[in-house]
Amino acid sequence: MPEPLLDVRALDAYYGDFQALFGVSLRVAAGEVVAVIGANGAGKSTLLKCIAGVIPSRRDAILFDGEPIGDAPAHTVVARGIALVPEGRRLFSSLSVEENLLIGGQLGRPGPWRLSRIYELFPTLAARRRVPSTSLSGGEQQMVAIGRALMSNPKLLLCDEISLGLAPVVVRDVYARLPAIVSEGSSLIIVEQDIVQALKAADHVYCLQEGRVALAGAAATLTREAISAAYFGA
Amino acid sequence: MEWANIVIQGVLIGGLYAMFAAGLALIFGVMRLVNIAHGDLIVLAAYIALMTTDTLGMNPLLAILIVAPIMAAIGYCLQRALLNRTLGDDLLPPLLVTFGLSVIIQNALLELFTADSRRLSAGAIEVASFPLAPGIWIGVLPLLQFVVAVAVIGALQLLFYRTAFGRAFRATADDQSVSQLMGLDNRHVFALAMALSLTVIAIAGVFIAVRTNFDPAIGPARLIFGFEAVIIGGLGSMWGTLAGGIILGVSQAIGAQINPGWQLLAGHLAFLLILALRPEGLFPKVKG
Amino acid sequence: MTASFKVEHATRSSRIGMAAFAMALLLLAAAPAWGGRDDLRLLAEIYAYVALASLWNLLAGYAGLVSVGQQAYVGLGAYVLFASTILAGVHPLLAVPVAGAVAAIVALPVAGLMFRLRGHYFAIGTWVVAEVFRLSASQISALGGGSGISLPASIVTAMAPSRQLREFLIYWVALALMVAVLAAIVLLLRSRYGLALTAIRDNELAARSSGVDVTRTKLVVYILTALGTAMIGALIFLQKLRISPDTAFSVNDWTAFVIFITVVGGIGRVEGPIIGTIVFFLLRQTLADLGSLYLLMLGAVAIAVMLLAPKGIWGFLAGRFGWQLLPLERRLRFAADARTT
Repeated sequence: MPEPLLDVRALDAYYGDFQALFGVSLRVAAGEVVAVIGANGAGKSTLLKCIAGVIPSRRDAILFDGEPIGDAPAHTVVARGIALVPEGRRLFSSLSVEENLLIGGQLGRPGPWRLSRIYELFPTLAARRRVPSTSLSGGEQQMVAIGRALMSNPKLLLCDEISLGLAPVVVRDVYARLPAIVSEGSSLIIVEQDIVQALKAADHVYCLQEGRVALAGAAATLTREAISAAYFGA
Repeated sequence: MEWANIVIQGVLIGGLYAMFAAGLALIFGVMRLVNIAHGDLIVLAAYIALMTTDTLGMNPLLAILIVAPIMAAIGYCLQRALLNRTLGDDLLPPLLVTFGLSVIIQNALLELFTADSRRLSAGAIEVASFPLAPGIWIGVLPLLQFVVAVAVIGALQLLFYRTAFGRAFRATADDQSVSQLMGLDNRHVFALAMALSLTVIAIAGVFIAVRTNFDPAIGPARLIFGFEAVIIGGLGSMWGTLAGGIILGVSQAIGAQINPGWQLLAGHLAFLLILALRPEGLFPKVKG
Repeated sequence: MTASFKVEHATRSSRIGMAAFAMALLLLAAAPAWGGRDDLRLLAEIYAYVALASLWNLLAGYAGLVSVGQQAYVGLGAYVLFASTILAGVHPLLAVPVAGAVAAIVALPVAGLMFRLRGHYFAIGTWVVAEVFRLSASQISALGGGSGISLPASIVTAMAPSRQLREFLIYWVALALMVAVLAAIVLLLRSRYGLALTAIRDNELAARSSGVDVTRTKLVVYILTALGTAMIGALIFLQKLRISPDTAFSVNDWTAFVIFITVVGGIGRVEGPIIGTIVFFLLRQTLADLGSLYLLMLGAVAIAVMLLAPKGIWGFLAGRFGWQLLPLERRLRFAADARTT
């Protein structure tokens, strides 16, 4: 079996004295889409932040391309090829749409994603490239956030609750772009509260409950009952 | 006619004040730090210019080419080694550490150079002047300094709004955690910002050295002028800072004309007036 | 049914502290008996700094108003004293509370302006105000303008018949003023205002959302601090018998040293300034001959403390051992609870 792109092994995470993750293990293969679902506070965002280096972890708890990166600071993790689309979009308010995208490409990592390709993926943004990012609709801001992360040509894209606060029509629109992202060579981890959308988009699913992996498996094989039980806790 | 000359002089020195302010505002914008030692660093630059001209015998205005890189290096190291450790939610540490720094710089300069007043000579350009209109004379040196000040502010605007460098500064100023997700190392970005601020300070310091008598104690007053120019002009706007500096300079010039002892007071009162009537400043940047 | 409760403030260490304090006070009050002229002058200076630092601590450490311009009120108090005695014939000792009252009145519009500035900009703004006061003072020719003025002999002798008695009087007033300032601060902190202040110190946003009127609390603290600082300033210069704008509004003497004392002693704790003043004077007695090197070292020590031990000496000790010199804790004692916590 080939080396997984991302190998998370028995990851613990703390906020001060509070433990948010307990021995979480997870794997993402190249070209795969993995969904992480769970109730509020289950630790989904925390998991992504650990992978992205925002929260420091044990060095060998996270292996990327075979390299241990658990304790690497966030700005070096991007350089290795992991990009995070943060929860709540978090666009730079004094930058325009295009500037937000450009700063995503700050590192100049080689790859297919450049400004013109991003505008192909999200045509509505092209018309509004000079507009201050804060005056866009929620859905458009989400596209900018994703585009910004893509500009660093990541091998692994982490999406934290991209459906949050968006109308269902808009959510479907955003999710419709994901296959194009995968086909250009990025693997995905999507953290979602919208289970239906997550199951449709993902190859593999992990369900977190109170900081632990309660269920893991191929999306097609999981039953509604099993997911419910894992989500809420039997 | 007399008043026209006064106002022009005020405008010209306003450029210098705007440079004090630009360095201060830059740092505050990027990392929410107000450097109490700002004025003393300007004086430090003046003394470095003094040492440079003494040892190399060059014209002080050319010495900027040497003083600026030295000050930039000092700024980078200062931020990395000391000031980065004070940043956080609490405003006391950076304030008190830079206050301590101010005391240290002043007294170190006092030890090294004594309290004697110094001044650098730039040669014939100091007394040269030309008539703008009948009865209105402009000194060449003050005009040069004003033009350089405007150029510096223009360059800063360009840097901030048209380069990747500036984009990195603005992004870090907006959101320090997300900027890291772009691959930006905050410690490095902040240190670069401080280096940039000190480069501007270097130019200002050399101008001071040529224009007035300086001694280790004049730092705090420069800090105050810079601060007043920032507040009068409005936070977040470089050109507003230029306007603020000019208004301050003109107020001081008018005050001095009425009564020589009122020069500084007039400037402070103009500042307090703006604070009372329009606290956001005259040209605050409105965020989209 | 609501249980009845009492709020207790004392702890074991604070009882020890208070006892020690009381004994020290008796000893110091008797100083004219065992101390020489120089000792009395030095002690009076120490009292002044303890009081000034305690007030700055209240302002910065509790109310979050970091001012580098308190010298404005030191100088204002001093100038009001000189003005009221020389120009209006007020008795010198009476002029001290007069100075406080004037400062309290002046502080109101000053706060109105300064509160428009936030954080670091507020700090520099207070410095500007101090400069305005200084420059204005040098414009008053009746009080010596830029070079200053000495207190006329007639006013000096009006205080007491002999020089010795006069010095004893000033000494006791200085001691009483320090005790009064400390007592006022302790009482303030024990009151509901104090609870609000401690909440503001710990987390201003949380305090605001708990219903604390943050602006009003800060305003009250600002005015009271101005009042106290001015009275101390008046007394300091009454003792010096001479005033000038540069000495009365000196940033070094009345702000830099005060900040050093508070930072090293421990910000946000009442005991801090007391410890800090002792450290400051020990350093001064041993090192002041070094001139600007001494000041340089003070700056370096302050920076080191701020970075390595931000809670200061007392903060470190209190954190480690739970000590308290002054009764400032709050514990609820219910009527039904027979045990002592």
